[in-house]
Amino acid sequence: MAQRRFFKATRHHSGVGDYLFDIFNYTFLVLLCVVMLYPFLNQLAVSFNEASDSLRGGIYLWPREFTWANYEHVFGEASIVNSFFISVLRTIIGTLTSVLGTAMVAYTISRKDFVLKKFVTVAFVLTMYFNGGLIPNYLLVKELNLLDSFWVYIVPGIIGVFNLIVIRSFIEGIPESLFESAKIDGAGDFTIFIKVVLPLSLPVLATVSLFVAVYQWNSWFDVFLYNSSSANLSTLQYELMKILQNSNASMSGKTAADAFANANASANMVSPTSIRATMTIVASLPIIMVYPFLQKYFVKGLTLGGVKG
Amino acid sequence: MQIGSKIAKEVINPSVSISTKSKKSFFQRMMSQKALLAMSLPFLVWLIVFKYIPLWGWSIAFQDFKPARSLTDQEWIGLEHFKFLFTDDNFWRVLRNTIGMSTINLVLGFVTAIGLALLINEIRHIRFKKSVQTISYLPHFISWVVAASIVSYSLSLENGIVNIVLVNLGIIDEPILWLGKEKWFWVINGLTEVWKNVGWNTIIYLAAITMIDPEQYEAADIDGASRFQRIRHITLPSLKPTIIILLIMNLGYILESGFEAQYLLGNPMNLAYSENLDIYVLKYGMSMGNFSLATAAGIFKTVVSFIFLFTANHIAKRFGQPRLF
Repeated sequence: MAQRRFFKATRHHSGVGDYLFDIFNYTFLVLLCVVMLYPFLNQLAVSFNEASDSLRGGIYLWPREFTWANYEHVFGEASIVNSFFISVLRTIIGTLTSVLGTAMVAYTISRKDFVLKKFVTVAFVLTMYFNGGLIPNYLLVKELNLLDSFWVYIVPGIIGVFNLIVIRSFIEGIPESLFESAKIDGAGDFTIFIKVVLPLSLPVLATVSLFVAVYQWNSWFDVFLYNSSSANLSTLQYELMKILQNSNASMSGKTAADAFANANASANMVSPTSIRATMTIVASLPIIMVYPFLQKYFVKGLTLGGVKG
Repeated sequence: MQIGSKIAKEVINPSVSISTKSKKSFFQRMMSQKALLAMSLPFLVWLIVFKYIPLWGWSIAFQDFKPARSLTDQEWIGLEHFKFLFTDDNFWRVLRNTIGMSTINLVLGFVTAIGLALLINEIRHIRFKKSVQTISYLPHFISWVVAASIVSYSLSLENGIVNIVLVNLGIIDEPILWLGKEKWFWVINGLTEVWKNVGWNTIIYLAAITMIDPEQYEAADIDGASRFQRIRHITLPSLKPTIIILLIMNLGYILESGFEAQYLLGNPMNLAYSENLDIYVLKYGMSMGNFSLATAAGIFKTVVSFIFLFTANHIAKRFGQPRLF
């Protein structure tokens, strides 16, 4: 609303300076979008281009010799297919448990009469300011027998304090009368949580789900730290990370890497470059397809309480 | 993360006091809130196990920790590891890299995000504005692995778009192996960080801008203010509280220069400038098995961060600016 009035006010004010400013501004922002988008479109083009042909260079926005071979190769690799399923699984289970758990705690600390409201809130918020650190966390996971297990992806991060506060602020905005009438109807706190709070909090739950799902899908460090000796628990990001590390390590001996790539390319019709581009697309496409639709929600979620002070 | 800690202030001091006023005893009230207790206590246990117990692990920094022995059967050696740390050349090198990169990230991050927010705000064409925002958020959502893969491909010697553009513009004569030039690493890291997060970081500023009273702009219009004058005298001053809050919080993270970018873009050729404190901890701790030394380095990081946060907060207080706590 405020925005619209602002535009109206500015419309009848235009001089040469303003005109030049607009030209500069639009040009700059278009260039910015190109810088943001080009690398993805380029990787997309490379992933659909014949591997041996890609090594000649000159692939920009469109494949020169179109092929599905890179994708066939990637999805023909049992370890990569398995890592894809692990990624999907941890994203789904991790998001569901985290959002439900966080919402549950958020509801309890939003109840003004809850005896432990302050204690629980402070206990959670304090953890934003310190962290045991890498080694103590590793030793804890080891002591709990969570090494080389799927649950190390889910349990240690089940509640995010930032998400907790965002959801709590939202629940506090729900009119108190709704809770009271539910109570008069004989509903307990758990029923109120399920039947009143969850349905009314859908916008903020969508936001938090996006945050958690992105975090889960993108994680690779916990795989590296806790599960690197269990190949069947590897994730897509970790597989891509290993490919990237190999090409980084071989950077100093660039010619050797190229020779390898070339030999490989003519033999198998794949090359590290093409595999990397294909994996990059596979590992980022699910998120790229989802986030624009949730933009309205996450912008609101991020600014919830953020600008108040 | 950033915004979270700001809200923390308001969370720690809730206006409603819980202990008094109620006629029922604490125990009676507790008994009537079984459902609420059942919903929060399991997570409180989780919190203690996963967030508070690891603090006890700090003690291994003062021990000659041997993983083979049990946790209670370790030898105490006092500050030996800290002494080693402060005499280790590698430690000072990674500390220099950490501070160097986080300073660059801080300055670059702030300037670009505020600048971009101001530019986006001046766009009157709503659909263009929305598209720019959506596209600029894109790199934030992809993993650092994907980002690092894209960056190293874009910077590569032969097909890298950066070299192609720079050579064609005549800025450089021949392609440069950017990730092999150790002195360039801080800049590359900073620009990568900007590419990934600048769009996302504008969200908070754009939200703050919508809170500005439009009458201020109308008044400026009547006075014949130009676009630049309006930005300088209305928009920027209105953003000041937001900027200061974010600045304080980021100063607290001065030793958090990030980990993933440096780890994933690092290679043997740029190691001298790409390794930071987190990688040092990882190297000594996980690769070399020196858990005690790595923990000592981690403690150093946390303590210094705390000092920075409190100092920044204190300075903000003295200048009568909004602060965290």
